[in-house]
Amino acid sequence: MSLRLTLITTWRIIGQRRRDHRTLALVTLVPALLMVLMRYVFDSKPLFERLAPTLLAIFPFIVMFLVTSVATLRERRSGTLERLMTMPIAKLDLLLGYAVAFGLLAVIQVGVAASLCLFWLGLDVKGSFALMFGIAVLDAVLGMALGLFVSAFARTEFQAVQFMPLFAGTQVLLCGLLVPRDHMAGVLARISDFLPLSYAVDALKLITTSAELSRELIQDIGVVAACSLLALAAGAATLRRRTA
Amino acid sequence: MNSCAVEVEGLRVVRGGTEVLHGLDCSIPRSALTALVGPSGCGKSTLLRAMVGVQVVAQGRVTVLGRAAGSRALRGRIGYATESPAVYADLSVRDNLRYFAAILKAEAPAAELVLEQVGLTRESERLVAQLSGGQLSRTSLAVALLNQPELLILDEPTIGLDPVLREELWRLFHQLAGDLGATLIVSSHIMDEAARCEQLLMMRDGRILAGDTPEGVRRSTGSQDLEQAFMRLAGETGAAVGTPA
Ligand SMILES: Nc1ncnc2c1ncn2[C@@H]1O[C@H](COP(=O)(O)OP(=O)(O)O)[C@@H](O)[C@H]1O
Ligand SMILES: [Mg+2]
Repeated sequence: MSLRLTLITTWRIIGQRRRDHRTLALVTLVPALLMVLMRYVFDSKPLFERLAPTLLAIFPFIVMFLVTSVATLRERRSGTLERLMTMPIAKLDLLLGYAVAFGLLAVIQVGVAASLCLFWLGLDVKGSFALMFGIAVLDAVLGMALGLFVSAFARTEFQAVQFMPLFAGTQVLLCGLLVPRDHMAGVLARISDFLPLSYAVDALKLITTSAELSRELIQDIGVVAACSLLALAAGAATLRRRTA
Repeated sequence: MNSCAVEVEGLRVVRGGTEVLHGLDCSIPRSALTALVGPSGCGKSTLLRAMVGVQVVAQGRVTVLGRAAGSRALRGRIGYATESPAVYADLSVRDNLRYFAAILKAEAPAAELVLEQVGLTRESERLVAQLSGGQLSRTSLAVALLNQPELLILDEPTIGLDPVLREELWRLFHQLAGDLGATLIVSSHIMDEAARCEQLLMMRDGRILAGDTPEGVRRSTGSQDLEQAFMRLAGETGAAVGTPA
């Protein structure tokens, strides 16, 4: 493992996105746009205040899942991964290169959406703004790691996109966006206990409603961080030097 | 020191549930240009992948520069260009070279040198996605040349090129093997391309038909050219395994 190799890989991935203005615009502006829509479709500040933290968890998660699964699928299919695997670079360098590059993208995305919520749409955050930001970015990294993992099971970009409803859609439905998790049918509430997005949403809800750094909040953050690491490890396991 | 750059013993490879290399043996001499020829689908790419160490192998041994293929010590000592160009379409030619050069810790002017070698200096700022097929495969070839590796494994590098460019690239390959003492293994499904190589490996259906100099292959089969030699050799083994010709 080497910091040098991680950073040149990050730089390469940023270079690939840099020319792609449309994707950059979509990634940074669409979540913000959807936030504005949410605010004025219901046209109710209390309802927005309840939904906004959940949405701040969901949007980066979904967008990073999509962007990463397509980007790493291309790396696998185009032969560049095979080429890299013959070179003196560790799988972890490559993986972390992706994590840092898309993590930075997530920082921008969350920054735009969160600032908009705070300064224009009137979201009131009782807890630490920095921590809220950190959780949303961690959540984006989770989406990224899952996207990287599932790209191993897709043959085409079309298939990769189809994994989104399965891996992200189910979590979005069960994470407490539509109804609080403890109001769902018992089985679903139990299932949602095993889905990492639920904890990201819980953490963001806690931080917007209370200034206290509660044990529950720390637990939630811990679960999201652990799941991100687990998904990254699973993603690493799908990168193989030898293939059939 | 071993005089062979690559030694393959009893190599069996299964892909997609069928055996595609059937206990294959061959050796590649050092500091020479070896052509691996055979019809499409005979297993050339699979054999080259096994040498590079990216192919899952069912049985057998592949030794490269004195070490097991794919071992860590070999990474960066082998230049490899896959059949389909393995470069980033959304980067410029030069940015591609810079990235791979940084991984290989190649000398700073390496990128400019290989651009010249493959004749892409003028296209260096172009986005790879906007290159023609021939320019694309030369970009991929340029990456393989970056750190002046002692062993170059090139999978059909001349596919889809016009005759002039093809001629130029073969001249470059000869030069790399001759002046710089590199070992080159270049695959092709065009028999003619192999005629001027020092060594020839003829392949068919996952087996080696012949491994000799082009002259030796012609002589031993009593053929005018390699095409004819291949037909004769293929006919023999076809009879030997009892498949109708
Ligand atoms: N990814 C793969 N999965 C399954 N079978 C494959 C794969 N790639 C190649 N094959 C099969 O392996 C055999 C040898 O292929 P290959 O080594 O690509 O031949 P060549 O390079 O000589 O054209 C062919 O029968 C081909 O269909
Ligand atoms: Mg091939």
